[in-house]
Parts: sequence; structure tokens; C-alpha cells
Amino acid sequence: MELFWLAIGTIAVGVFGCVAWFWGSNWVLDRIYPPRGPHAGDNIRKANQIRPWLFLGPAILFLGVYLVYPIFDSLWRSVHDARGGRFVGTSNYTWLMADGKFRESFRNNMVWLLVVPALSTLFGLIAAQLTDRLRWGNIGKSLIFMPMAISFVGAGVIWKFIYEYRAPGESQIGLLNAIVQALGGEPQLWLTLIPWNNFFLMIVLVWIQTGFAMVILSAALRGIPEETIEAAILDGASPWQVFFKIKVPQIMGTIAVVWTTITIVVLKVFDIVFVMTNGQWGTQVLANLMYDWMFRGTPDYGRGSAIAIILMVLVTPIMIWNIVNARREVR
Amino acid sequence: MEGMAGQKSSLTWAVNIAAFLLVLLWTIPTLGLLVSSFRDRDQILTSGWWQSFSAQEATGFVRTGTGDDAVQQDGQYVIEGTVLSEGQSLIGWGTRAREPAAFQPGDTTEIEDGWQLTVAADGTYRLTSPTPFEMRRGERIFVTTGAPARLTTENYNRVLTAEGLGRAFMNTLTVTIPATVIPILIAAFAAYALAWMEFPGRAILTAAVVGLLVVPLQVALIPLLRLHNELGIGKGYLGIWLAHTGFGLPLAVYLLRNYMVGLPREVIESARVDGATEFQIFRKIILPLSFPALASFAIFQFLWVWNDLLVATVFLGNTREQLVMTGVLRELMGSKGGEWEILATSAFISIAVPLVVFFAMQKYLVRGLLAGSVKGG
Repeated sequence: MELFWLAIGTIAVGVFGCVAWFWGSNWVLDRIYPPRGPHAGDNIRKANQIRPWLFLGPAILFLGVYLVYPIFDSLWRSVHDARGGRFVGTSNYTWLMADGKFRESFRNNMVWLLVVPALSTLFGLIAAQLTDRLRWGNIGKSLIFMPMAISFVGAGVIWKFIYEYRAPGESQIGLLNAIVQALGGEPQLWLTLIPWNNFFLMIVLVWIQTGFAMVILSAALRGIPEETIEAAILDGASPWQVFFKIKVPQIMGTIAVVWTTITIVVLKVFDIVFVMTNGQWGTQVLANLMYDWMFRGTPDYGRGSAIAIILMVLVTPIMIWNIVNARREVR
Repeated sequence: MEGMAGQKSSLTWAVNIAAFLLVLLWTIPTLGLLVSSFRDRDQILTSGWWQSFSAQEATGFVRTGTGDDAVQQDGQYVIEGTVLSEGQSLIGWGTRAREPAAFQPGDTTEIEDGWQLTVAADGTYRLTSPTPFEMRRGERIFVTTGAPARLTTENYNRVLTAEGLGRAFMNTLTVTIPATVIPILIAAFAAYALAWMEFPGRAILTAAVVGLLVVPLQVALIPLLRLHNELGIGKGYLGIWLAHTGFGLPLAVYLLRNYMVGLPREVIESARVDGATEFQIFRKIILPLSFPALASFAIFQFLWVWNDLLVATVFLGNTREQLVMTGVLRELMGSKGGEWEILATSAFISIAVPLVVFFAMQKYLVRGLLAGSVKGG
């Protein structure tokens, strides 16, 4: 109950504080440069130069402290030793390049990067196309979209019930092994099955991300001008041809957006690996490796930060691409 | 033409079936968790959740009475009784441990020198012998029984009261609500400035927001933790609220700006001409008109904060009192791997709230996604 009031209090303070800042600073500004009187025009001009910064102030402060400063701080830490005391140049990076666990993580991340966006986009496209014209399509869409609301940890638990293993011949309680056994196969410990266990982890993320891809692609499919499709049908195109040769090329831009958005999610993937295998059995990924260096055993902030910076470098091309696109749209 | 029509309807069928299978495939995992959360530990450990709705088979044995229980009927010695207990049904029976279902209910078999054993479908057995029984212990009858499907809400009682999940639920709520409300306010003002005010640096700031959207928050963990320690905030709710506010802001500003740019220019211009101050325009025109975008972001941020594990682990600490629900789940998966019923039930409780929000506000979620992605491309 105490906690409850603390939360309510925080909301009140936070909301009140924000409102007080915005309202108060505007009021002060209007006092200093009153928009009336002999210099009204001049005052309004001056006030309008300052006002945007009052509106933007808190946001810039937060973005600066919580996102921009950490990038530079991490960069600084990544060229210092474990406790951040001594400058070590690039030795953290060269150490990582030679480290087996890092190479494994990097390789796994690259495979994740190929598999998850590809499968999510593919399934999303199929789901969008299949459900688009059905009477119960919206319900179907909701259900495919639903995993998006589920936490990665919750998804980990859900999939534990699918991958669980019991010795051959016993009654299987994991769905996958039950199916395998029913078909006459040998039950497997899926999560320790190197290297395929990586794919079983990836499936969890594909399961979560497909709904996102479906929603975006479905909207794009609907945005395709009807005439192009009708013309193709009149020319005798089969449904497959209409889909692959008419529809898909027209939504390539959207597919790229979906792909890159999922790529970002994949690069940062942490929770799924963290709770399902914790990087054992050859499933380590960069974000989890970084967590290990930063918070397990004796922390090494230098190496942890170096991994963080490598993650940052990996997302940079997408960041630039997004900015270029956004700017083109503004014009 | 008939052929065409036939083809069309078969295609429709194929689409319906394919779509149904896809939906099924995507729904089954969650359904499995839901069903499991209503089963007790023995059920979870001995059979798959998909068997919950059919009778549970079990084997065992019962002993018949001994000579003392026998009665004489028509010149024969008879022992009678039942092999079933309350609620069970008989699937098969036998006289050897290795074949607990050798006989059907109602069959009769001869055990030894004239002893006849019959087990009826209702579970009553009848052992007869022409001579008096001379045995110290009863004969063993092996039975294969079925118990009706049984689901229980006991797990929920236990998890919510005894297992400390109630506390974690409150913690999660305490983290989530301020971390959702505060960034909305800050972002709304900033988005308005970026969308409708003229000032130098606007384009660069907008580009910066787009760029910050993809910064991996792993980069921020150590620097911020140290910053919080230096500022005296340390690990606690204040720290996690601030962190989530910072991490959520780029998306909030971006979504809201994109939406506000699309608002009709005439409304804002005419308000300016009428002498309304920027603050009044924002409060009376922009904010109400932007409700759909505000709702979109609120849902995103709510889901993200509620489902987050990493930020909570780093900024809130890991003692029993501080854990949020994802943290509890992680602990359950690690240490108590055997307590499946607790794990399943806790997991379902933790995903229930986001699911409710999701289904109730799906419209806004979809709208937000479209504004954030399609337009951005």
C-alpha cells in the first residue's frame, strides 16, 4: 500500500512538475516580453525565438543525459581498463576479437540477423495476404499479432512448454517432443542441441515479431492501387503471379522498413537468450555477453563497454538510413 | 466459366484453411501456457497440457479381500468388492503387473484351480472358488483407470498469496505507470515545438530524434548506473522511472511529431491570429486533437516497460522485495525448474495485463505502428 501511494505521489509530482515547468516558464517569458504595449511586435518575435527551447528543454535534457552522454561515456570506458582507471587504447577490442566467446556471440548475432528478419517478414507477408480478404481475417490478425504484447521472458516460459524433454518412451510434456515421438522419432533436448538450439531460440523471436510485420505489410498491401491488380488479372495473371510480380514489388519500401525495424530488435536481443539458455551450449549473443561482463562475477566495464560500442556500430548504418529517409520525407 | 468458379472456391477454401493453420500455429503456444496454469503439478509432470481435456489414464492395483471376507453363494465361495475409487472409470484390468489392461471390463478369467475372477465395468469384482479360500493376503488385481479431466484454480490462489507474486505485481505497476505518463507529457511539448514552431536547428533536432530511436540501450546501462550513484539516486524507483522516460522519449517525440505535423494548419494559424498564446494552442487544440497518437505511444510504452527485464534488473536491484514480475519469472525458470505449476501460473498472470491492454486498445497500437513505420519509410 505504501508503494501504491509512492507511485501515485510520483505520478502527481511528475505530472505537476512537467505542467508547472511548461506553464511557469511560458508565464515568465510572457512577463519578460509582454505581447502587448509599445514593443509588442518586437517582444513577440523575441519570445518566439526562446519559446521552442522552453518546450524542448526537458526532452533535450533527458535525451542528452540518458542516450547521448552514455554513448560517449561508453566509448571512453571501452578504451580504459576494467575499473575505468587506466587508458588501454584498443586492447579491449583486440582482446575481444581473439576471444572465443565473443566470436561465437558475434557469429550467432549474424545468424540471428539473417534468419529472424527474413522469417518474420516472410510469415508476416503470408499472414497479411491470407487474412486480408477473409471474413474472420481481423480475428485471425489479432491472434497472430498477440505475441507482440507478451514479454520475452513470458515467451521464454511459453516455449519451455514446447521444448521440454522427457526420456524416450515416457509421456512427453513438451509439445514438440510429443509430436516427434508420435511420428516415431527420438525426443531431443532441443535447447542443448548444438548448433540447432540457436534456431529454436530464434523461432521464439520470429513468433513475436511476425505480428508486427503482418500489421505493417497488411496496410501496405491495402494501399496498392486496385487498377494495377485488376489489369494484371485481366491479362490472365494467376493469383501467384499477382502476388509476387504485382503486389510484392510495389511494397518493397515497406518490406525494407519492416526488415530494418526487426533487425534492430534482433541486434539487441537479450531476454530470450538470458532466460532460456543464458548463452550456454553455443547460444551466446552480444547483448547477453555484455551483460555477463558488466554484471557477473568481477565486472569488467572496459570489455563490456567495448561490446556495447560494437552493438552501437552495428546499428549505425540503419540509423543513418532512417535519418536519410525521414529527411527525404520532410522535404 | 464453371471451371473458373470451381477453381475460385477451391482457392478460397485453401486460403481459409492455410490462414486457419497459421493462426492455430501462432495461438497454440500461449494456449498451452493458459491450460497448464490450471493443472496441478502431477498433471503437468506426467502428461502434456493437450491431454488435459481427455481422461487421465493411470495404472495401479488393489487387493481383494481374504478368506474372511468370503461368503457362500450357491455352493461357491465368493469375495466381492470394488477396484475403483471415487470418480475413476475402468479402462482395463489384469492379474499381472506387466499387463494391467489384459482384460476388458466384464471379462472373466481363471486364476488358479477353479478360481474365477470377474471385474465389471462399474469396478465391482467377483472372485469365486468351489473350495474355501485359504490365503493370508488378497489377490492383486491390476487396473488401468481413467480419471476425468480436472482443472483447478488452486495455482492462482497459491501464486497470488503465498509466492510473493502479488508484491511483484505491485512493483511492476509502480514502475510502469509513472514511466508511461511522464514521457508522454515531456514528449508532447517537444513534438509540438518540432512540428509547429520555427526555429534554427529544428531539422537537426528532428534527425537526431530519429537517430536516437535505434540506440541500443545496452550502451546506456553502465554510464547511467554510475551517474545515478553519483547523483545519489542509486538503485530504486526514481532511477528506473527516469531511465524509462529517457529510453522512451525518442519514440514518443517521433510518433507525436509525425502526428502533429499532419494536423490542419488552418486551425493553428487562425488560433494564432486570434491572439492565442502558443501554450493555449497546445493545451486547447493540439493536445485534444493528438489523442490517438498519445494513446498509441502510451500503449507502446506501457507494454515495453511492463515487459522489460533488462532495465529493471539493472536499475532496480534483485532482492525479493524489489523484483518485478519478469524478474520473478526469470528466477522461477532458473532455480525452481521443477515447480512448473507455479511457473506457468506466474507467467500467465504476468502476461495477462498486457494482453488485456493489447486487445482493448489494439486499434491505437496498430495506428501507432503504422505512423512509426510506414511514414518513416
